[in-house]
Amino acid sequence: MIEYRIHGRGGQGSVAAAYLLAAAAFEAGFTCQAFPAFGAERRGAPVMAFVRIDDKPITLRSQVRNPDFMIVQDDTLLLDPNLTAGLRPGGAMLVNSRRPAEDFAKRFDTRVVAFPATDLAVEVIGKPIPNTALLAAFLALTETVPQEALAAALRGRFHGAVLDKNLVLIETAAKAVEQGAWKELADA
Amino acid sequence: MREALEGSLAIARAVSMAKPDVVAAYPITPQTHIVENISKLVAEGDLHTEFVSVESEFSAASVVLGAAAAGARAYTASASQGILLMSEVMFNISGLRVPLVMTIANRAVGGPLNIWNDQSDTMAVRDAGWIQLHCISNQEAVDTTLQAFRIAQETDLPVAVNMDGFVLTHTMEVIDMPTQAEVDAFLPPFEFAGQLDPANPRSMGTLVDPNFFPEVRHSHHAAMGKALAKIEEIDAAFAKVFGRESGGLLTVEGDKKARVGILAMGSVVGTMLAGYEDFKDEVGPARIIKLRSFRPFPAKALRKAVKGLDKLVVIDRAISPGMGGVLGTEVSAVLSTMDKAPKVYNYALGLGGRDIPENMYRDLLKLVEDKKAPRFAVLDADLEKLAPEDR
Amino acid sequence: MAPRSDTSKRLSELRMKHGRPPASPLEPKAEKAETLREAQPRFRGLESGHRACQGCGEALAARLVMESAGPDVMVANATGCLEVFSTPWPQSAWRVPWIHSLFENSAAVASGMEAAMKAKGKNTKVLSFGGDGGTYDIGFQALSGMLERHHNVLYVTYDNEAYMNTGIQRSSSTPHAATTTTSPAGKERMGKRHLKKDLLSIIAAHHIPYAASASVAYPADLQRKVRYAMGVEGPTFLVIHSPCPLGWRHDSALTVEVARRAVQCGLFPLVELERGALTNIMPIREPRPVADYLELQGRFAHLFRKDDYRAQEELDHLQALADHNIETYGLKGEGLDPMDSTGMSHVRRGGPLAGRS
Repeated sequence: MIEYRIHGRGGQGSVAAAYLLAAAAFEAGFTCQAFPAFGAERRGAPVMAFVRIDDKPITLRSQVRNPDFMIVQDDTLLLDPNLTAGLRPGGAMLVNSRRPAEDFAKRFDTRVVAFPATDLAVEVIGKPIPNTALLAAFLALTETVPQEALAAALRGRFHGAVLDKNLVLIETAAKAVEQGAWKELADA
Repeated sequence: MREALEGSLAIARAVSMAKPDVVAAYPITPQTHIVENISKLVAEGDLHTEFVSVESEFSAASVVLGAAAAGARAYTASASQGILLMSEVMFNISGLRVPLVMTIANRAVGGPLNIWNDQSDTMAVRDAGWIQLHCISNQEAVDTTLQAFRIAQETDLPVAVNMDGFVLTHTMEVIDMPTQAEVDAFLPPFEFAGQLDPANPRSMGTLVDPNFFPEVRHSHHAAMGKALAKIEEIDAAFAKVFGRESGGLLTVEGDKKARVGILAMGSVVGTMLAGYEDFKDEVGPARIIKLRSFRPFPAKALRKAVKGLDKLVVIDRAISPGMGGVLGTEVSAVLSTMDKAPKVYNYALGLGGRDIPENMYRDLLKLVEDKKAPRFAVLDADLEKLAPEDR
Repeated sequence: MAPRSDTSKRLSELRMKHGRPPASPLEPKAEKAETLREAQPRFRGLESGHRACQGCGEALAARLVMESAGPDVMVANATGCLEVFSTPWPQSAWRVPWIHSLFENSAAVASGMEAAMKAKGKNTKVLSFGGDGGTYDIGFQALSGMLERHHNVLYVTYDNEAYMNTGIQRSSSTPHAATTTTSPAGKERMGKRHLKKDLLSIIAAHHIPYAASASVAYPADLQRKVRYAMGVEGPTFLVIHSPCPLGWRHDSALTVEVARRAVQCGLFPLVELERGALTNIMPIREPRPVADYLELQGRFAHLFRKDDYRAQEELDHLQALADHNIETYGLKGEGLDPMDSTGMSHVRRGGPLAGRS
C-alpha cells in the first residue's frame, strides 16, 4: 500500500486532487481510498487530503500519518517546519513553487522536486488551480499510475472545454519533471 | 459495476435506484453531499421523485412520515443536531409503524460544537423504536441502503442506515454499484397496508389511553424481535442477486479461535481489521466482532459470537455521561446471562472525530493484558489537556 | 328476520359510507316520497358521537369544513382538542383518511402527504388542521415552510384563542386582556398583557393564492370559503373563530351568538386575501360595542368590575383595537346589504338567499 498526503490551501482543489489521484489509480486497476482531513476551514486556510492505493481491499480508516509521498500545492505552507512530520524515510515531496527545489531541500531532510504548477495552469487553462498539473508531474516522477489513467479520471470529472484544457495541461506538466525519477522509491 | 466513488454520491445513486416517491431533507454537515447529489439527479431528470427541501429536520422527518403514511416510498438523511431535532418525530414514525428509510451520517452532538464523526447522534435516539444498522464501508452502506427499503416495508418499521460522517460519507473508494435491473429484481415496489386512502378511510395516530398503550408498546417490541430474522433473510436475498452480503446481524472476523475479542460498529471495525493484519504477530490475534444491527439488538447471536472469549473489548463511539459507553453497557447486559461470559472492557474512542490510528489494535490488546486495565475509559482522552479538577 | 336483498344491503353500505346509521328493518317505511334533496346523502367527514364539549365551536367548525371539502380528502391533524375528542382509540369520528402525528408538525406531515399524492398522480386534496396553539405558536415554522414551498394543501386553524386541550393556557392568539390559567387577572395584571398575533398578515406575507378568516357564526360564508379554497391549486389558509364555552366561560348555548358578536364588533374581521392582497370583506352593518361581545364571557369578567379603574382602560383599549380593524379593513358597511354581518346571520341553508354566496 502506498500512502499519500496532499497539502494545500482551501480553494486550490486539494480534495479534488486526492479524488483524482484515487480515481486514476482505480482506472489503472488498483484499489484506492481518498478523503479530506475534515475540517471547518474556509478559503485560503491550510487543508490536507489523503490517498491510499493498494492492490487489495483497503479497510483502514485512519488519517495518513506516515505518507510515502507528499504533494504540496502552495510553497508558503513550507514555512511550517512540521509540515513533513511523519513522512517516511526514503519518501519524497513534490512542491508547487517558482523557487528551485534546493531552497526547500536545505530545510527538509527529504527529496524535493519543485515546479511552478500554478504558472503552468494559468498559462494553459487560464485559472490558478495547480492540482491537475501537480498530479501529472507526480505520476511522471513515480510512474505508479500511467498518465492515461489520470486522463481517464479527468474525463470522469470534467467535460467540454475544461476537460480539453486540463488534458493539455497534464500532458505539458508531465514533461516538466524527470520521468521516473522516483520510480525506485515508489517500488520500494 | 465497480467504480471509484465518494460515499455520499454512491448513497445518492443507491437511493435513486430504489425509486423513492418522496425525498425530504434539510442540510447538515456531513450529510449534505448525499442530498446535494440527490438534488442533482432530480435536476438532471435522472430521478423522478418529489424532492421536498424543507425548513428544518423536524419538518424533514414530518414530511417523510406524511408521505409514507400516504403510501409513498420515502427517504430522508440527517446527522447530529438534525437527528436530535427530529427525534420527536422519529418516535412518532416508529410508533405509528410507518416504514421509511433514513441515512444518518453519524456525527457528534454538541455542545460544544463539533462537526466530526462519532455515533452520539444515533445513540441519542436508541429508544426511538427504529431499526438501526451500521456499516463499515461505503460498499456496505450502499448495499444496506437498498436492503433497508425492503426491511422497512416487510416489517412496517422505519430503518436508519448509519454511516460514519466524513470517514465514509466523504471518502472516495471502490464500490461495486448495483445496476437498476439488479435493484428491481431485489426490491419490490413500495407497499404499506396501513396507508391513508380515501377509498378506505382510516384514522392513524389516534389517542390511545392506558387500556391499550402497553399492548401498542408490546407489539412494537415484538415487531423488533421479528425483524431480527428479517434482517438476516433480506441480507441473504440480497446476496442471491448481488453475490455479496453485508453481514446480517453481526459477523465474526479476525481469528475465530482467539481468546480476546474486539467488538465495534461502523468504520472503526475496518481499522481494527487492518490492525489485526499488521499487529497480530506482535500482540496476538483477536476475534473481531462486527455488529451491524444495533436495533434490534441480536442478543442470542452475540452470546454465540463471544463463546470461548476471556476478554471482550467493546469500542464505543458514544458515551452516556455518568454511566459509560452505550454499546458497552448493552453488551455487558446481554452477556450477563452467560455462564462463562468474557470480561468486558469498554472504551470510548474517536469521540468528536479524534482519529483512531491503526495501532489502536495493538494498544487495546496490550492494555487488556494488564490486570488493572480500566473497565471503562474515554481511552484516547489526553488528561494532560485538562485542568486537574476536571480529570 | 328476513335476509336482506342485495339492493338493500348495497343501500345500507352506501348510507354507512356517507355517515348515516343503517335503517332498522323494524323502522316503518317513510310515507312520503323523498325529495331529491333528501335522497342526496349528506357527506359528513366528521361524524357525530364524538366527545367534544357541548357547544364546542371547534367541532362545529370542523364539521362545516368537512361537509364542504367533500370525501376526496386526507387530513393531517395537529395535537389538540379536535384530535383528542374525535379519536379515542378504538373509535374515530372521521370518515376520511386522517392522521395525527404531533402538535407542531401537521403542516409538514400534510406537505409529505401532498408530495405523495403528486408522486402518485392523484388529486386527493390534503387538509391540515391545527388549533391556535399548533398554528400561531408551536407549529408556525412548519406552516410557514409548507406555504413557502407552495404545497397544494388547505390549512385550517380552529382559533379558540388559548391552549384549551391542556386546560386554557394563553397562546399568542389569546386576545389582549383575556384571562387564561397562565394569564390570570390580579392586582398586578389585567389578563394577557400582549396583543393577539396578527397571523393573517403574516400569512399574507407568504403571498399564497388564498387566505381567509371565517367564523362559526356564519356557516354559509365559512363553507363558501372552504369550497373556494378547495378549488385553488396551491397553499390556502383559513382561520376560523371557534368559541370554546369552557375556556371563554360562556353559556354552551351561546357559542354562535358569541362568535357573531366578535365579528359584529370588529374584533374578529372576516376577510379574504389573494396573493396577499385584500380582495373581500364581510361588512359590518352596525358595529356593536366590544362590551357586547366581552360581557358574555367569563374570561373578560374582570373588565366589568366597577371598582377597578383599569377595567375601563382595558375596555377602551379593546374598543380601540376593534375600531382599528374596522378602519384598516374598511369593514363599515352601508345600508341593508344581505351579505353583511347582520344579513348573513339570517341566511339559512336553502333559504331565500341560497345560491348567492
